[in-house]
Amino acid sequence: MRLAVVDTERCIGCQSCMFACARRQGEGGLSRACIGVRSVGGMERGFIVVVCRACDDPPCAKVCPTDALKPREGGGVRLDITKCIGCGNCRDACLLGCVFWDDEINKPMICIHCGYCAKFCPHGVLRLETRKEGDHA
Amino acid sequence: MLKNDPLRNVLHIDLSDKNFRVEEREDLFERYIGGAGVAIQLLHEECPEGCDALGAENPIIFAVGPLTALFPLASKTVAMFKSPHTGNLGESHCGGRSAVAIRMAGYGAIVIKGKSDIPLYLAIHGNRIYFRDASSLWGTESSITAGRIIRENEPGAGIRTIMRIGRAGEKLVSYACVTTETYRHFGRLGLGAVFGSKKLKAVMISGKRSLPVSDSKEFKQTYDEIYQAAVASPVMKKYHDLGTAENVLPLNEFGGLPTRNLKEARFEGASKISGETFAEEYLGRRLACSHCPVGCIHIAALREPHEDEPYFYKTSMICYDYEPIYALCSMLGGSDPRGFLKLMGRIEVWGLDVMSTGVVLAWATEAQEKGIISDTETMGIKFGWGDYAGYMDALRLIIEQPNEFYKALARGVIHAASIYGGEDYALAFGGNEMPGYHTGPGAHIGVLIGARHSHLDNAGYSVDQKILIEEQISPEELAETLLAEERWRQTLSSLVICFFARGIYQPDTICKSLHIAGFDLTPEDLDRIGEEIHREKYRFKIREGFSLENLRLPGRIFETQSPVGKLDEDFIRRALEYVRQNISRTPPAST
Repeated sequence: MRLAVVDTERCIGCQSCMFACARRQGEGGLSRACIGVRSVGGMERGFIVVVCRACDDPPCAKVCPTDALKPREGGGVRLDITKCIGCGNCRDACLLGCVFWDDEINKPMICIHCGYCAKFCPHGVLRLETRKEGDHA
Repeated sequence: MLKNDPLRNVLHIDLSDKNFRVEEREDLFERYIGGAGVAIQLLHEECPEGCDALGAENPIIFAVGPLTALFPLASKTVAMFKSPHTGNLGESHCGGRSAVAIRMAGYGAIVIKGKSDIPLYLAIHGNRIYFRDASSLWGTESSITAGRIIRENEPGAGIRTIMRIGRAGEKLVSYACVTTETYRHFGRLGLGAVFGSKKLKAVMISGKRSLPVSDSKEFKQTYDEIYQAAVASPVMKKYHDLGTAENVLPLNEFGGLPTRNLKEARFEGASKISGETFAEEYLGRRLACSHCPVGCIHIAALREPHEDEPYFYKTSMICYDYEPIYALCSMLGGSDPRGFLKLMGRIEVWGLDVMSTGVVLAWATEAQEKGIISDTETMGIKFGWGDYAGYMDALRLIIEQPNEFYKALARGVIHAASIYGGEDYALAFGGNEMPGYHTGPGAHIGVLIGARHSHLDNAGYSVDQKILIEEQISPEELAETLLAEERWRQTLSSLVICFFARGIYQPDTICKSLHIAGFDLTPEDLDRIGEEIHREKYRFKIREGFSLENLRLPGRIFETQSPVGKLDEDFIRRALEYVRQNISRTPPAST
């Protein structure tokens, strides 16, 4: 299963998904959020949803010096936070900016594709889906 | 309050000596929750009696609440200051990303005092505070451009607020607003002029942090209940479908839509400016404040040709709501949606309170019609009902203030009428221009007794439409109903819950969510705190010279039929007297 951004044009910028992600981890606020919503460049032009797209061959894992990040079946990565030294290589390696950072603990925040955020999207921007074979979109 | 909750932190910024400090004020938040409750206490502490609203000593206070960034719809920032428009309590609420950004930056409140020698903007990135030279932004034509430049110069995309002023604030128009995120405003009572007087062009705030909760399982459960109610409840439907503009047709049919400076209360052009018309023909996008799944913000797309070249167009995205439509359409006798959107666009660019602006233009139109002002005063501009081109020209002169007449208009309708006459049709209450309701005595009494002279203080228009239309009640009963609602709204605005969500946040839901945030309060506590905050606001107002005894009532409201008949001055005076006695009976609060 992976989280898919179905249609950003339906996004109203409420950021409920960001709060949901942190709440799934038992906390309020945004420090733990692994998803981000920001305007395209002024809200009048709509929004961008930034979240891990579950790469098949994830660049973030390749640059991890301690093997804290490992490719996950179905795409994306798993983080073993006990191995992570907070070097930030993974953050620099992701072109899409999907490796979020918790400054409070100096560790990356990595989407686990659980789909909790999608339950709190009021307009169907996000969806948890099974990736079809050969579908790399 | 939970041990690690940064809500207790109050950031004090001094613009005169470019300095800041953080104070822990758990005492204030424990007693008054946050928002309006904490802000009025900080105003008592920081605002010297009788101070000049445009002087260095007038503080700007922003406050948020314990539920902000924990639960949905608790995303308003309460601003308090002494109003340069009324010379009394200034309070204005704004959504956008402002409240979540303040909370995520690690503060429950921010106090800004002093006056800078050069134009500045403040960049508050968590605990790092920067005073940035804004000389190159000062005087830019558009507040939207200023916002864009700051956006490009600062980090924090998606988790920041940029509160800024336009030319109106710089030029100290007493009803200048502060705009956040292009489309949300601290609209009323002139916070923009207070920014301008301090040479403060903008305040940008960003941060990202975790907030503690007392029980994470209960947190998720309670959250789910509130979220479900917000997205599924019929009480929220009107806000996300047509938005507040939905009110245009019902209010018109009811006969309570102020038209042509309230010479009438029904507008023949209502169907052309209805929420339905805007949605069908212009709605280009819907937006939400941070942490609000409702998304009531409605943005129209206006496509216009450049006059000098064929097949060359621009498309502007302009926000609309009920109050701007009232103020710039029916009140000005205009039923051209395109004209309205263009005028609204200019008001956004210059940063004015749209409601006061509409009422000021309406007064000027009638004053010219009646011949008490001439072309000499207006510098050749003809104010004509529905003539948007003329209004655009006039607006520029209100900003630039080239003569005494436009200087007067830049200080509001009461000030202008005190010089030129026409006081009977200068439609302001407690010094603030009227909102869009001539629904009956409740609306006007509500605004008169409201602590900030706003229709949102106690929703008098709602009492007119729900109670008075059915039955006769005494002025005393009406006043008591309004007072009770206003006290409850003090509780809501200390929690910074959007008033649109008042149906969802009932006392038991509030107590449950507050418990998760580490505040153990009962519904009785909520009532008591609301009452106390209301009293504290009145204490400030009376200190600054407010009196319910000498309140001015514009004669016009008694001439134009309302849905519940012609209004009776004696009835209104009796209600005001009841409120006066009620306020003077309440004991002074110990501070």
